[in-house]
Amino acid sequence: MNAHTEQRINDDRIKQLLQQALPPADPAAEPNRDLWPAILRRLDAHPAAAAPSLLRQNWFDWALLAGLILFAASFPATIPLFLYYL
Amino acid sequence: MPDDSSNVQDRFRQGDLDAFEALFREHQRSVYGWILRIVRDHAAAEDLTVETFWRIHRAHARFEPARPFEPWARRIATRAALDWLRARRPEVELTAEAVADLPSPPAANPGVAAEIRLKTAQAFARLPPRLRIAAVLSVVEEQPHKEIAAALGISVTAVKLRVFRALRLLRKDLESQGITP
Repeated sequence: MNAHTEQRINDDRIKQLLQQALPPADPAAEPNRDLWPAILRRLDAHPAAAAPSLLRQNWFDWALLAGLILFAASFPATIPLFLYYL
Repeated sequence: MPDDSSNVQDRFRQGDLDAFEALFREHQRSVYGWILRIVRDHAAAEDLTVETFWRIHRAHARFEPARPFEPWARRIATRAALDWLRARRPEVELTAEAVADLPSPPAANPGVAAEIRLKTAQAFARLPPRLRIAAVLSVVEEQPHKEIAAALGISVTAVKLRVFRALRLLRKDLESQGITP
C-alpha cells in the first residue's frame, strides 16, 4: 500500500468518525418561534447602521496626537521647534 | 414570479420594511437551516438568524437586486455564525451529555463508541473556527464545495485546503489522545 492510499484511508476513517460524532442537522428544521418580532425589536434598538465611534474612525489621528504629546512631554525643548513648523 | 421577486428586492434595497419582511418570511427557514448546520445549536441558530437579518437590513443599500437574495443572505449568515464560533470557548461547547444525546449508528461496544464520539466531537470543537465551518459543511453536511466557497467568500480550492487541514489536525489531536483512526 503506498503512502497516498494510506493517507486516503486515514482521511476516510477520520471523516467516518466525524460523521458519527456529529450527525447531520435535520434539513427540515425550523425555528421554534416567530423571529420577526425579535428582528423588529433589534431594528428599533439599532435603527440605522451603527456609526463607528469617533475614536475608532480616526484611530490613527488620535494615536499620532498621543505620540506627539508624549514626545513633547518627554522633550519639552522641542516644543518651540514644533510651533515653528506649524 | 420573477417580476414580483425583483420588485420586492428593489423595494428592499430602498429600505422598504414590508419588502424586508417579505424577504424574511421567504428565506428565514433556509437561513436558519444553514446556520444550524454550522453552529449545531437550535437556540443559537435562532439568535443568529435574528442577527443575520438585522445585518441584512443594515446592508440593504449595498444589495444588488439583479443578483439572487439567497446566496447573499447565506454569506452574511455564515459570517455571523463564524463570529459566534470565534466568540465561544471550545471547552464549553460539548459535554458528554450533549454528545450522548446525539443519534448514532449502533456499535459493538456502545461505551467505547460513545467515548470515541465524545473525544472526536471535543477535538473537532478545538479546531480553528474557519476550518471547522469548512469541515462540518463538507464532511458532515455534505454540501457542495462550490456552495461552501460562495458562503465563505473563498475559492473552491481554499475550501478543499481547509477541509484537508481540519482532518489533518483532527487526526493529530485524536492520536495524541491515544485514538488511532
